[in-house]
Amino acid sequence: MQYVDNIVFVAVLALAILWFSKQVGKIRRNINLGRDIDRTDNKSARWQTMLRVAFGQSKMQARPIPGILHFIVYAGFILINIEVLEIVLDGVLGTHRLFAEPLGGLYDVVINFFEILAVLVITACVVFLIRRNVIKVPRFTKPEMKGWATRDGNNILYIEIILMLALLTMNATEANFEHAVAGPFLISQYLAPIFSGMSQDTLHIVERFAWWFHIIGILAFLNYLPISKHFHIILAFPNTWYSNLKAKGSFPNMEAVTKEVKMMLDPTADPFAAPSADDSGAAPERFGAKDVTDLNWVNLMNAYSCTECGRCTSECPANMTGKKLSPRKVMMDTRDRLEEVGKNIDLNGEFKDDGKSLLDDYISREELWACTSCNACVQACPVNIDPLSIIVQMRNFLVMEESAAPQELNLMMTNVENNGAPWQFAQADRLNWKDEA
Amino acid sequence: MKVPTMAEMMAAGQKPEVLFWVGCAGSFDDRAKKITRAFVQLLNKAGVSFAVLGTEESCTGDPAKRAGNEFLFQMQAMMNIEVLNGYEVQSIVTTCPHCFNTLKNEYPELGGKYEVMHHTQFLKKLLNDGRLKVEGGSYKGKRITFHDPCYLGRANDEYEAPREVLSKLEADLSEMKSCKQRGLCCGAGGAQMFKEAEKGDKEVNIERTEQALETQPDVIATGCPFCNTMMTDGVKIKEQSTKVKVYDVAELLADAQA
Repeated sequence: MQYVDNIVFVAVLALAILWFSKQVGKIRRNINLGRDIDRTDNKSARWQTMLRVAFGQSKMQARPIPGILHFIVYAGFILINIEVLEIVLDGVLGTHRLFAEPLGGLYDVVINFFEILAVLVITACVVFLIRRNVIKVPRFTKPEMKGWATRDGNNILYIEIILMLALLTMNATEANFEHAVAGPFLISQYLAPIFSGMSQDTLHIVERFAWWFHIIGILAFLNYLPISKHFHIILAFPNTWYSNLKAKGSFPNMEAVTKEVKMMLDPTADPFAAPSADDSGAAPERFGAKDVTDLNWVNLMNAYSCTECGRCTSECPANMTGKKLSPRKVMMDTRDRLEEVGKNIDLNGEFKDDGKSLLDDYISREELWACTSCNACVQACPVNIDPLSIIVQMRNFLVMEESAAPQELNLMMTNVENNGAPWQFAQADRLNWKDEA
Repeated sequence: MKVPTMAEMMAAGQKPEVLFWVGCAGSFDDRAKKITRAFVQLLNKAGVSFAVLGTEESCTGDPAKRAGNEFLFQMQAMMNIEVLNGYEVQSIVTTCPHCFNTLKNEYPELGGKYEVMHHTQFLKKLLNDGRLKVEGGSYKGKRITFHDPCYLGRANDEYEAPREVLSKLEADLSEMKSCKQRGLCCGAGGAQMFKEAEKGDKEVNIERTEQALETQPDVIATGCPFCNTMMTDGVKIKEQSTKVKVYDVAELLADAQA
């Protein structure tokens, strides 16, 4: 009977990890539904970007208040994991505070440091909750935040607060133990009197309850990540590693188009020539993006990395002036549609046409045409997500596959085609400015 | 005005130091033409050997590409590259950040590899090399605020060149609340210049003009013909045209020549 606890713990742990891997596997499969794109060049710059932007959170600090608060929660998350390691080992081995004896006095120092962190994390989370629900910071109340997005944001904060409280409760009960292996505790000594009237037996039960509550809470939270915006704590790292390193103004040139244009401009090209051997005869890829599977996999990873903070939207000139476009919504829509496509595949073995697409069913044309391509959203994103890339690819589809540009833009393009300028001026008049004034 | 074309230069067996890419706005738009002429004045003053393509220049394809028409963009790009490579052009300067961005970032892959500079970068160089001088002049102590063009700033990380040129005017430079990396768009980019804005509660250029006016400027300086139009319109709508002028960095510098 003495191993019941260990066995139950190992079973719970294994189940949690298994389920989490299964969910991550699905996300991975979904991301791989995107088109191929090579983002493996210049590895040293990529590592540096990841270190600076993801580990160092450099872009978060553009807004100092949430920047600092977020850094606290992030540091808490990373460092308290050391204690989680102890908890897991205790669970597997059936020990109690395994690190206490070998670390000696250092153990108390470390635990007290975690206690301070825990209080800071709770404070930060409370401030975040106030910003979201009391002050109602505008970027958290935009239309795309209705329903699940808002609940998700609050859930995460509540869970984090509860987990930290469980941690402090564990210590507060330990402080009342006759044979305490750790302590005195910097913070939980003030919570300890709450439990001081209890018998040693009850204390141990409360301590065990807090311990189990904490670890099961963490495992449940782990499995909440894949369905939540909070998945960013994992994807922020690869997302910055694979981010675009080129100048933001540099839009990729479509290779398929280059081939055709070269042929058109080549006077020796034979339009009736038999296709060359490397032409597989397969239907050419669609120009631009109508649905998520037309986007590249980095776009799709971007969607899963988005934590819906809305910095992009609050910097967007179109959104700022009341247009429908919201870069955050573009990312949320992409994720929602991709999830829908993924579920479709789960159900049918392969994707069965559901008559829907990212364009029109999720993102309207009005949103797409409101973009000024100013890159403010790309600049604002703390994890280097690129909503502009998706917008431009969807414009590519509208113009090149459907000829569905707004009338005025068609006129502009006709002018460029006919007289080499977006307005109707004769090419011959290009140098007239020289003799005017 | 002395403006040699590449064709004339070639016929005379000469090669200019730099090609001045004028751009469509700079060639045809009445307001932008003034910027073009101011820049040429400076080039001549500094004794820069330059040439333009004249009637051989064509749209870079930028607005087509931003609007989603990759095909038209590449057609324009390939035709321009053929002309540029035909003249063995090596370095290009342009007064339009959109042309600058496209020529610099999107042409190389298609076979057009040049050293491309925005005119504020080029002017900075001329000033630093002592080829151009500012004699304090008319802008000393005047309050100037610089509006970052998206395609110069965020798109290409150039924030300092225009400010450095302006600082030589000994003016009182003040920044808007959104500037540099967080600069707000004027509303013209991404081919918006050529269409009505989508339904909203405000025009982007009004929002930006209000930010500029908050700094109580005498002059709003720009480095882009499209931003210039948008800000000029904004100032007009806010009924501040008599008090606040919108000028390109090149115009200010040309004005400050002794």
